[in-house]
Amino acid sequence: MSYYESPIREPLVNGNKTYKQITDDIVSGTTGTPSFSWLLATGVSGLIALLGVFCLGYTIAYGIGTWGVNTTVGWAWDITNFVWWIGIGHAGTLISAILLLFRQRWRTAVNRAAEAMTIFAVVCAGLFVLLHTGRPWDVFFIFPYPNTRGPLWTNFNSPLLWDVFAVSTYLTISLLFWYTGLIPDFATIRDRAKVGTWRWKIYNFLSFGWIGAAKHWERWETLSLLLAGLATPLVLSVHTIVSFDFATSVVPGWHTTILPPYFVAGAIFSGFAMVLTLMIVARKIMNLEDYITIAHIESMNKILLLTGTMVGTAYLTELFVAWYSGSMVEQYAFANRAFGPYWWSYWIMMSCNLIFPQFFWVKKLRRNIAFTFFASIIVNIGMWFERFVIIAVSLHRDYLPSSWTSYAPTWVEVGIYVGTGGIFMTLFLLFCRFFPVVSIAEIKHILKTSGSQYRSEQMQQVKDELSYRDVDSRIIYKID
Amino acid sequence: MSTTKKYLVGMFDDDHTLLLAVNAATESGHKIDNVYSPFPLHGINEQLGITKTKIPTAGFIFGLTGMIFAFSLMAFASSVNYPTNFGGKPVFALPAWIPIMFEFTVLFSGVGMVSSFYYLCNLYPGKQPKIIDPRLSDHMFAITIDITEDASKVSEYTDLFKGKGALEVFEKEI
Repeated sequence: MSYYESPIREPLVNGNKTYKQITDDIVSGTTGTPSFSWLLATGVSGLIALLGVFCLGYTIAYGIGTWGVNTTVGWAWDITNFVWWIGIGHAGTLISAILLLFRQRWRTAVNRAAEAMTIFAVVCAGLFVLLHTGRPWDVFFIFPYPNTRGPLWTNFNSPLLWDVFAVSTYLTISLLFWYTGLIPDFATIRDRAKVGTWRWKIYNFLSFGWIGAAKHWERWETLSLLLAGLATPLVLSVHTIVSFDFATSVVPGWHTTILPPYFVAGAIFSGFAMVLTLMIVARKIMNLEDYITIAHIESMNKILLLTGTMVGTAYLTELFVAWYSGSMVEQYAFANRAFGPYWWSYWIMMSCNLIFPQFFWVKKLRRNIAFTFFASIIVNIGMWFERFVIIAVSLHRDYLPSSWTSYAPTWVEVGIYVGTGGIFMTLFLLFCRFFPVVSIAEIKHILKTSGSQYRSEQMQQVKDELSYRDVDSRIIYKID
Repeated sequence: MSTTKKYLVGMFDDDHTLLLAVNAATESGHKIDNVYSPFPLHGINEQLGITKTKIPTAGFIFGLTGMIFAFSLMAFASSVNYPTNFGGKPVFALPAWIPIMFEFTVLFSGVGMVSSFYYLCNLYPGKQPKIIDPRLSDHMFAITIDITEDASKVSEYTDLFKGKGALEVFEKEI
């Protein structure tokens, strides 16, 4: 046992598990014939992904003239979706990195899936960046390399270029962090297969020949901690830089200093909503109720409440600052958001993100799975509208009234957006089927401190000791 | 790496029992070759003579390299090789370069540390591992003693492991 945890805390692993049961429970998800529900879900997601691929191809073939964007509203669904997907990715890094640094044990059950979600979300986000350039085959122009055009280098002072480096670094580091965490569990799956079979060979290839030697574990733990230390400022920098794309411009409604913290909080908020949506389904289909417990869902709902309130505070601060600035264009931008032609998107954003999470002050609702699932979808919708409001609604009416216009997406844009949802879900379902969804090694590591049977033993010990009183009323003190 | 070695393996089914056995073995002056476990164990590094890994130092050096690389690239490209006037902004704009310098620091440090980890542990895709027992990635823990050259103490070790709660003790050549 490497750390102490108060016995009054709720157990994180239910069902009196042993080490062997943990292995069997999680490895069993990757063996046997896939269930009908999995096949159906993967088939449907795959079809939606194909629709996305078709619309992607259509855009590449005919150009972004097939979209609803115009000279005034140059960024619309493409960048909205980019920011939305990138934001969703942030929860994975938050769970795996920041909660690791804060020694939050409940992260162990959800970190693997959340990190996978991060990677798939960043892949979807990357597609929009690629496409919005209009000529995706020339996309290598965004990287600085010696060329025959001068050499004409990239503009290192531009936040758009910072974004290129931020997002690509983020994808690389998340992938490495996730994969290094996976190799001991791949070894566990390999060792459950018969030596020499294809299954053994594939998982042995994936596990890099891991054998669980003491020295390797020591390095592995140090590496995880250091990568967490690196990923924490990285994840903050990524969304800060995404917000710089807007904040450093002079468009009214974008040019505000509050944007970086507001975007980071919003990213974590939307990411946790997506983690909840996925995990509530996954724990049911994959029989992981003993590992992803109500206690985990409650913890995530608390973060949803916290970050939702932060985002809400930012919305109100923005309004105040616009009024207080005395700048007419700034004031108009916000009045236009709330009462202009796109008023409905502003009020969807406000009610989903500011008002709805406040229900989570109620413990009963935090621990209600159906309500949490519903709330997580509401937050996902709200956060999509937040980006739409910031991007498209700010652009459609700026300094020059003669350029004012409106914007509506075409079927191609809708198809790409829905399609990325399909790509995301397909990748996630494949992950659920072939990868260990919960970190086997880490769950075993916390079993003796947070497993239900050990927790009740610790509780009994405390009750037996006369020097402690009032255990049941959750007040523990020493009287000697 | 085709040399095979012979090990005496003591198998335990509990991490705490294993720790006690490791302590007992080292206290009586025995040399343990290795310990295998399905998850990281704390409190055995000293007994096994495992020193703290130098991956953090490597990470710092990689990170510093990344930062210097990013700065040099940007300073060379924007100020020396092809200075371009972007709206009258200075061609040497250090504050604007900090985000990219930071990203490169993280990228180099992270990739460098992960590569160092795989290099030091000699892990790579397609490696044929020397697995003592498949249960070691499940619910068992093992202490191994190298008996390739000196097999005289096998019975002494066997008694020690059995006395400390080992479920099985066997010899394994891999």
